[in-house]
Amino acid sequence: MAEIVFDDPGCPSGQSTPQDIARQETGNRLHREDLTPYVQTRANGDSSIDLMISGAHCAGCMAKIERETSALPGVKVARMNLSTMRLNVQWKGKNTTASSIVARLEELGYGAKPFNMELEPLENKNELNGLLKAMAVAGFATVNIMLFSVAVWAGVDMGPNTHTYMHWASAVIALPAVAYAGRPFFRSAWSALKNKTTNMDVPISLAVLLACTLSIYETVHGNPDTYFDAAVMLLFLLLIGRYLDARLRLKTGESAQRLAAMQASTAALISGNGDIVSVQASMIKPGDTLLIAAGERVPVDVEIISGTSEIDASIATGEALPVSSGPGDKLYSGMINLSAPLTAKALSISSDSFLSEISELVEAGEQKKGKFVRIADRAARAYVPVVHTLAALTFIGWLLVGAELRTASLNAIAVLIITCPCALGLAVPAVQIVASGRLFKKGVLIKSGDALERLAKVDTVVFDKTGTLTLGRMQLIGSADISPQDLESAAMLARGSRHPIARAVANAAGNGPMADNIKEIAAKGLSATIECKTVKFGSADFVGVKTTKSSHTESWLRVGKAKPVRFAFKDTPRQGAKDTVHDLLEGGYDVELLTGDKRAMASETAQALGIEKWQAEVSPKDKLARLETLESEGRFTLMIGDGINDAPALASAYASASPAGAADVSRAAADIILQGDKLSGLTTAVSVAKQAQRRVVENLSLAVIYNMIAVPLAIFGFVNPLFAALAMSGSSIIVTLNALRLNR
Amino acid sequence: MTSLLWLIPIAVSLGLVGLIAFFWSVRSGQYEDPQGNAARILYSEDKPIVDDEDE
Repeated sequence: MAEIVFDDPGCPSGQSTPQDIARQETGNRLHREDLTPYVQTRANGDSSIDLMISGAHCAGCMAKIERETSALPGVKVARMNLSTMRLNVQWKGKNTTASSIVARLEELGYGAKPFNMELEPLENKNELNGLLKAMAVAGFATVNIMLFSVAVWAGVDMGPNTHTYMHWASAVIALPAVAYAGRPFFRSAWSALKNKTTNMDVPISLAVLLACTLSIYETVHGNPDTYFDAAVMLLFLLLIGRYLDARLRLKTGESAQRLAAMQASTAALISGNGDIVSVQASMIKPGDTLLIAAGERVPVDVEIISGTSEIDASIATGEALPVSSGPGDKLYSGMINLSAPLTAKALSISSDSFLSEISELVEAGEQKKGKFVRIADRAARAYVPVVHTLAALTFIGWLLVGAELRTASLNAIAVLIITCPCALGLAVPAVQIVASGRLFKKGVLIKSGDALERLAKVDTVVFDKTGTLTLGRMQLIGSADISPQDLESAAMLARGSRHPIARAVANAAGNGPMADNIKEIAAKGLSATIECKTVKFGSADFVGVKTTKSSHTESWLRVGKAKPVRFAFKDTPRQGAKDTVHDLLEGGYDVELLTGDKRAMASETAQALGIEKWQAEVSPKDKLARLETLESEGRFTLMIGDGINDAPALASAYASASPAGAADVSRAAADIILQGDKLSGLTTAVSVAKQAQRRVVENLSLAVIYNMIAVPLAIFGFVNPLFAALAMSGSSIIVTLNALRLNR
Repeated sequence: MTSLLWLIPIAVSLGLVGLIAFFWSVRSGQYEDPQGNAARILYSEDKPIVDDEDE
């Protein structure tokens, strides 16, 4: 059996679940396959391909990749984006092909996978660039208007004409700037009002618009005070928060896509006339006939037409041991075909009850999550009515004590400006950016700011077993009881098989020879003739042993007529699983295990990891039901799982996480993705989320304190534009600095 | 103070030039790979990275 060599030179040991090993093998074979479906032809006749690069970590890697790829014949452009790990290659002529580029990159020690450009989140990118431009405009306006304001406030001997001139200059800059840079806020406020709710953007928009209207009025009438500087500065500071928030979303979105792209594969399609063509998995239509070779990941959901094989179904069912499948059985994308080639027909989601049930459950869970209200918006909902009432009362109050209409409205607007939730708008995103940046470095991908808020409240952690707590990879136990000769005989058979048990034996025995003429009988075992003796390795009835009760997964070896030898196996726990569970229990969390696997396997894992509450042989619906029970008990659950069967539970849990090797649906449903093969990121994520939440609360309290000081001043008419500007920037700086403390 | 009448418009239009330059830099994709651009300067070679002659 071939040694598995990971081609990531800089990575701390790659993942090596069976899924990953198979993926790796498909990856290595890919360059011999046809990559033409991914190649695009440019207007000038050149070919172009986009590749996702793995294993590149620094500028040196980038330079090497670009230099070596450019050196291939006919290559015109090889440009790598180090931020998104994408390499674009453009070339002319037939001497270079997409496959030879990938082969060259693999020689250099980097993984390369074709990337489907259609998946690119173009909208997010445009939104980000839009915010960047709006921020630039607001910044430009702020700086310039501030110069006029400083002059107005410092210019003691300034004549009234110069004064008015300064105001007009401010107005000329401020009005277009507000019209341009305020759009994100106005749009969001308008859609909130249309849906009869309020959000943070309602008071912001109102304050900005009122401040501008009032200032125009004052400018036209030649009065001394205008609030143009406050209006644009407010937009500028808030846009910084918005921009950071959008950038976080884009960055995590891209990373999640990168993971998906690294797992996307080509599939062997059997066309009408019997030819086998290689196509992108994403291009397969329901009803297409596919050939799935032994060792390959199933590219899409299919139904077997012909062939019988052992299938690693752990990604769908959680079972660590392979199941035997034949014609009529359904296989799901991500499963691995272990022993024999299969011909299969692609299914659509709607034609399969298991998948449509899963997707319905996931959707229901996501809708529930969609109702989650972010802390900033929750604060805004309480805050907006209070502020607007205060402003109205100020207006009425001043009129009652006999002030002019102008003074009354001036003071009311001052209340709105001073209470504008600038600190709120900046406080929460600033904390979340710092927290997710910190987690990003530790290999934990947080999908959104609200995921972080939910994670902070978690008190119960529910684990899936196979693929999450364990690697779904068997390990030989009690090898001391087995004589070296027996182990070697078993290994000579096992080295020729992909079955997880055979792999465990081969791993335990190390490198060595392989028997000739190994016969693999699905669901039974292996047999071969070694030194004129029939050697059988497999299930109890295969070697002729009466079944005995055993808590372990077991296999038997029989050499000729000798007494059969028992081999026992257990599932390998994931690196750091025990520590993670221990830390969580120490930290006062409730830990539970829910698995689709058999009872014996579940109890073994639960015992090994010290988990007291566990349930085995649960269906996706049962997992969901358990989470709902916990929820009705008032628990905040964190679900960690990787399989298709975990997806509904992930979507419906209060917060959810999945390892990077998880099924696509699960990764999409999870809030957090743990990269690398360690689980330890989980405890870090929870503790960082809690710290972040504390900072958010601190920041909100700071904002409240600021308001308690500033609002009375505004109500009683002591606030002038200078004070408004100072208070606003001061409070923003304080909350940002407080957020940055999280980095330490 | 009459000098302000033309000095301020000049100052503001200079600022506008900067703003337009920034817009151009966003549009030409200069913020798409900050990490790569930061590193690229260290690896400048005799040959331009993008071959211009065929463009």
